[in-house]
Amino acid sequence: MQSKSILIPLTFLLLTACGSKQNNDTSGDTLTGNINIDGSSTVYPITEAVAEEFQKIEPGVKVSVALSGTGGGFKKFGRAETDINDASRPIKHAEDSIAKAHNVRYVELIVAFDGMAVVVNPKNDWCNDMTVAELKMLWEPEAQGKIKKWNQIRPEWPNEEIHLFGAGVESGTYDYFTEVIVGKSHSSRGDFTASEDDNVLVQGVASDKYALGFFGLAYYEENQDKLKVIGIDDNNADNGAGPILPSMETVKNKSYAPLGRPLYIYVNSTAGKRKEVQEFVRFYLNNTNTLTAEVGFISLTDTESTEAKAKWESFITSLSSVQ
Amino acid sequence: MSIKEKIIEGLLLMCAAVSILTTAGILWVLISESSVFFRKVPLSDFLFDTQWTPLFADKHYGILPLVTGTLLTSFIAIMVALPVGLSIAVYLNEYAPKSFRRTVKPVLEILASIPTVVYGFFALMVITPFLQQIFPTMAGFNALSPGIVMGIMIIPMISSLSEDALYAVPTSLREASYGIGATRYQTSFKVLVPAASSGIIVSVILGISRAVGETMIVAIAAGQQPRLTFNPLVPVETITTYIVQVSLGDVVQGSIEYQTIFAAGIALFALTFILNNVSFYIKKKFQEKYE
Amino acid sequence: MSRRIDYNRIQDNLFRIVGIGCTLFGLLMLGFFLYSVISEGWPRLSAQFFTSLPSRKPEEAGILIPLFGTIWVMVLTSLISIPLGVASGIYLEEYGKKNRLASLIEINITNLAGVPSIIYGLLALEIFVRILGLGKSLLSGSLTLALLILPIIIVATREALKAVPKTIREASYALGATKWQTTWFQILPASAGGIVTGVILAISRAIGETAPLIVIGAMLYITTLPSSPMDDFSVLPIQIFNWLSRPQKGFIINATAAIIVLLAITFILNGIAIYLRNRWQKKVKW
Repeated sequence: MQSKSILIPLTFLLLTACGSKQNNDTSGDTLTGNINIDGSSTVYPITEAVAEEFQKIEPGVKVSVALSGTGGGFKKFGRAETDINDASRPIKHAEDSIAKAHNVRYVELIVAFDGMAVVVNPKNDWCNDMTVAELKMLWEPEAQGKIKKWNQIRPEWPNEEIHLFGAGVESGTYDYFTEVIVGKSHSSRGDFTASEDDNVLVQGVASDKYALGFFGLAYYEENQDKLKVIGIDDNNADNGAGPILPSMETVKNKSYAPLGRPLYIYVNSTAGKRKEVQEFVRFYLNNTNTLTAEVGFISLTDTESTEAKAKWESFITSLSSVQ
Repeated sequence: MSIKEKIIEGLLLMCAAVSILTTAGILWVLISESSVFFRKVPLSDFLFDTQWTPLFADKHYGILPLVTGTLLTSFIAIMVALPVGLSIAVYLNEYAPKSFRRTVKPVLEILASIPTVVYGFFALMVITPFLQQIFPTMAGFNALSPGIVMGIMIIPMISSLSEDALYAVPTSLREASYGIGATRYQTSFKVLVPAASSGIIVSVILGISRAVGETMIVAIAAGQQPRLTFNPLVPVETITTYIVQVSLGDVVQGSIEYQTIFAAGIALFALTFILNNVSFYIKKKFQEKYE
Repeated sequence: MSRRIDYNRIQDNLFRIVGIGCTLFGLLMLGFFLYSVISEGWPRLSAQFFTSLPSRKPEEAGILIPLFGTIWVMVLTSLISIPLGVASGIYLEEYGKKNRLASLIEINITNLAGVPSIIYGLLALEIFVRILGLGKSLLSGSLTLALLILPIIIVATREALKAVPKTIREASYALGATKWQTTWFQILPASAGGIVTGVILAISRAIGETAPLIVIGAMLYITTLPSSPMDDFSVLPIQIFNWLSRPQKGFIINATAAIIVLLAITFILNGIAIYLRNRWQKKVKW
């Protein structure tokens, strides 16, 4: 019994010692602080990569990145609970109003381009492309409970159930996909496996012969051995006739339509006044091209990149003048 | 001295009362949040609608798909655990030498102590690919794989409780049966098991209750697609997985999403509460049958 | 006549095979799990794995943060649940025998033991995280788990106290000791072995819990060690869950390695408990 009573305070001592070791690194010129980031699971891999590399050169700054989805992230961002929001679609009017109501001003920065990939299982040998109209028929709200089999889309396809996987409702990917495919944002059938975590979707499609799913191109690029991407035909000969597969070129030259889109980060004004956040965003914009390629997205052109950096710098200056 | 004793007794009582506070807390939380939900969604929709799509454009709030997901996986689990568990119980009770019993029992207990997330790994990474070779059309997320693994997890529960029940049958019955020339098999299944049936049924009900409340195994391996089906080869979603799914995203207090997890929670609580109390009732009622 | 007896004997022997088979099935499954986990995860275990922070590259990722989280949770949960649980057990067993309130508490505890762990998560989300404003901190997590394992500790305490013979109590009263003195100086030391065993088993259960902690928001993506009970945290089971949901093979291997660590902790704790139980049972010969 006696040895037990020594053990508890000893463990406590050990833990607090280990825990507080982190805070002792305050040498004069290194940055310190906490940066709180949330939002899109599509943008997450880039932000995660940037955060990791940034923390290697500035170990005094703690960056935490969560993935509640673009919508979920904006809710927190609007309430000033996060410093930066990753977003795979622009901020909506309603979300902007919430931000205004909490006195949150922000800047929108483009960091990369994404093509949303529509994927099927590698064992799927019948489906190589789909038109936008077919996708709409498959995903619109009216399809709920009714469009269940492959041969309802094209009669030559198998008489088997389609198992659908897609982004969840908090996801910007979901909003964007529904807007350009169904025609109305946030409007789709509800009977599919929905997840804000794209990894779950990859796993789902990769293990199911009759699956079909959509998510950011990066997740396809990273799992090419497990997935098969299909071409999308938007019936618009102007930007390339026939079905187009997503790739660096087709997203950049806009022939992979309508599923190509910019990816953003939104930085709030209070955070923008802090030195560590300024350095972090500078680092982000300087390195996004190298890191996006690693992660699987499409990087900005030099013009776009310079524009973004200039936008950030002018935002910072505008903050310091409004004290 | 007496005052000190009274104070100590009071303190001890307060500690014991924490458990009452816990139950009160659970009931209050579930009821208060669900009642907000039920003001927006009629109870008949909740109970009878066949689709669960609370977050989408075409909103449906029927709990049935989640309930069938839960019951389907639990049913598969008990289909595995009952025959195996009961056979183990009978074998250890009537056939096995004492030393074998002594070594095997603790080892089986190890099965019960493995964290469920580890079982989930096993279901997704080992059992599902294996089953996909037998059923090539089986989806990566399905009810069969986590069902089987949950069954393995509750085998010790069934075997241990059944064994206690068999052990409690009076020796006189056992000896009478052997006395008229019955074999161990006949004694076990025609005399002992019927005599211990209430205890065995209790173990089954508690096993089902355990499977119904299980979260991680199904969250990892069963899928996140609510559907009203009895097909074990397709993705489904259980009540518990739904709660986890929403919790992983952003749950804004006061929103309908937040309330759906409590509505699902109250359904789950009701299910397990009924199962547990039915088993307690059976246990109590039949306990002294053979005294 | 002899034909019927032969049939019965065959049936009897057949079942023996079935019985052994089922028993072995359980053991084989266990062996198979352990083998598949160890063979894939063992090579990944290294000093780097234990001391690294999370990373997007599986080879660079490690379990330092969740491992610390698990240890913190273990300590905090014990500090909360042990005094509460033991005190409740003492009350129910020693003081509350004729009490109506006590029997109500008893029924209550039996019911609580069967409540799914995720419901405790919902309770904690509303009360600890929101209403009390503790957020998704270590403190919230530990409180949740403490409530979850309280019934286990209470039952174990009661069993241990029950095993102490009446004669000890009577002798103590005969010498003029009060109820509390008897409990504190005689009964508790005598039942300590049983209580400690139950406590260790309960803690072992707590560190394997994932669902309630996910519901309260224990983060999957923190990059710093917690340094106070109010900090965000993660634990081993949650890290395993997170890595399992990633399709890249490297993360799956990480998950199996983390599973080995978690299983090792669980088995060591359970082993200590069983050892203590055996020693205590041998020592105590009334």
